[in-house]
Amino acid sequence: MSALVDTLRQQPWTLWWIQAKRILRIEVRRNLLTWRAAWIYFLAFVPTAIILIHFLFDRHLQFSLADDTDILAAIVQFYYIRLGIFFGCLGIFSRLIRGEMIERSLHLYLLAPVRREVLLLAKFASGAISAVLLFGSAMVANFALMYASYGAAGQEYVFNGPGLGQIEAYLGVVVLGCIGYGAVFLLLSMMFRNPTPAAMLVLGWEAINPVMPSLLQKISVASYLKHLMPITVPGKGIFALLSVQTEPVSGWIATMGLLLLTAVVLAYSCIRIRTLEIRYTTE
Amino acid sequence: MTTNDLILFEDVSKFYGEVLGVNRVSLSLPPGVTTLVGPNGSGKSTLMNLMTGLVQPSSGRISVLGMTPGDPNAFFREVGYCTQFDSFPRGLTGWEFVFDSLLLHGMSGMDAHRLASEALARLGLTDAAYRKIAGYSKGMRQKVRLAQAVAHHPRVLVLDEPLNGLDPMARAESLALFEELSRQGMHLVISSHILDEVDRISDRVVLITGGYLVAQGDIHAVRREVRDKPMQVLIRCDRPELLASRMFTLNHCVEARLHADGGGVFLRTTDIDEFYRLLNGIATEGLVNIEAVAPADDDTQAIYQYLIGSEGGAS
Repeated sequence: MSALVDTLRQQPWTLWWIQAKRILRIEVRRNLLTWRAAWIYFLAFVPTAIILIHFLFDRHLQFSLADDTDILAAIVQFYYIRLGIFFGCLGIFSRLIRGEMIERSLHLYLLAPVRREVLLLAKFASGAISAVLLFGSAMVANFALMYASYGAAGQEYVFNGPGLGQIEAYLGVVVLGCIGYGAVFLLLSMMFRNPTPAAMLVLGWEAINPVMPSLLQKISVASYLKHLMPITVPGKGIFALLSVQTEPVSGWIATMGLLLLTAVVLAYSCIRIRTLEIRYTTE
Repeated sequence: MTTNDLILFEDVSKFYGEVLGVNRVSLSLPPGVTTLVGPNGSGKSTLMNLMTGLVQPSSGRISVLGMTPGDPNAFFREVGYCTQFDSFPRGLTGWEFVFDSLLLHGMSGMDAHRLASEALARLGLTDAAYRKIAGYSKGMRQKVRLAQAVAHHPRVLVLDEPLNGLDPMARAESLALFEELSRQGMHLVISSHILDEVDRISDRVVLITGGYLVAQGDIHAVRREVRDKPMQVLIRCDRPELLASRMFTLNHCVEARLHADGGGVFLRTTDIDEFYRLLNGIATEGLVNIEAVAPADDDTQAIYQYLIGSEGGAS
């Protein structure tokens, strides 16, 4: 054990931290400041645009505040977790490794004096930061617009009611959703030349996961996120499948479970990147 | 010379599935310029990619100055690789491309700034540095890749077709740069199909075809090893016809051809040592006034044709 501690102490952590920060700076810029990310902005802010239209043109009555709270919860539960964050993360995280292989520029990183694990984790962090910035800011905007239209009643709900707790929970869901899906898609993009079919399988798995045995439910990002939702919206019709009530799990267990799942996926990704070969001709 | 001064391939093979990349290659490359020569798909780029860890060997061991790419922090401080991939991250300027790569070494912004400026100036890209690479000509893109590969002052420089896309002036400048780096004690491993130009600065050649090593070493030594092809020598003299007939009388030469300007003759011999001995004798007799003697087919191009049997072409 002491040998392991000594080995860890001897590692150039400061250098790795500097390198990771520099990769982060480069990658966040590439993730967010490009026209190719436009569709991810669209995914993040399309509900915001709809809420804005309602904010500008609808009359809001106090008795609909509860309805709007449910609507916001449904947007998070059915749109962001199932579609927006899912496909946004697919776009962001599959670009990090596979996208660079398609553009034939990944070798530039692999020829830098950076450990591949540091490269992978820094790229993952850059994807997570980019996704959280996009979807987190969209979530805050959605929340602000939803309650701003109620004036004093909305203010009361947010600052003296359950509002702040709810936005905190939603932001937590966004952060965990981005890192959970991000880790999965980063790995899939290293395993498959085209990760989209595999991502569709994941989407299907996430949809049917609530009716799976308890053990299998632990291999799902959405199932953990569901336990962190401040308001559970009962689904109707096809949406009922997405909102099946499973055994109750406390928030911190759900958080730790998702972080553990993410860590396992990232650890496997680190193993894979060590033997990753540059063969652009097969891309 | 210890392993810490050499690039070593020990019985290295690489298979891409069922396709052979290179097979059982053993090499020991000291400092200086080594040229990899072979036709398209012969395994030159595979050797370079193996050397730098972009692909992993199926078997065998590779070390560069005693290091392996498994320790990238140490390895890539000493190794620069200018690949043949003509692609860059989107939207970058030449300056950002070189500067960002230097920052990944962990050096300070000031040091990275100094080295990036130096490398871009060395390749004549100072004026174009702040333009987007997407707007560069092919030659400029080649140069900026070269600038990025040399910017951190590596001890080993691997260059895959570094003269591609360069105009004659830029080629001459690049070759001068390679010569200068070689004089400084660096290892340069170059693949190029512009054999006559690379030949001028090359200390040794590695001939490879179909993934197999055909020959390696000093170019003149390799030529001497090709015994089934008589060596050709150009002799500049005042009476080339007389010299040729004398050599045939001595029953030594197998072929003679007058130089186009009439001021010399190409003679082919199967025994170069005996040939020079006889030539000395003829010169001593005073029948012919010999001005210059030079081997005419111990360059890379000729050896390539003898051993690999086609025009030099590589990628």
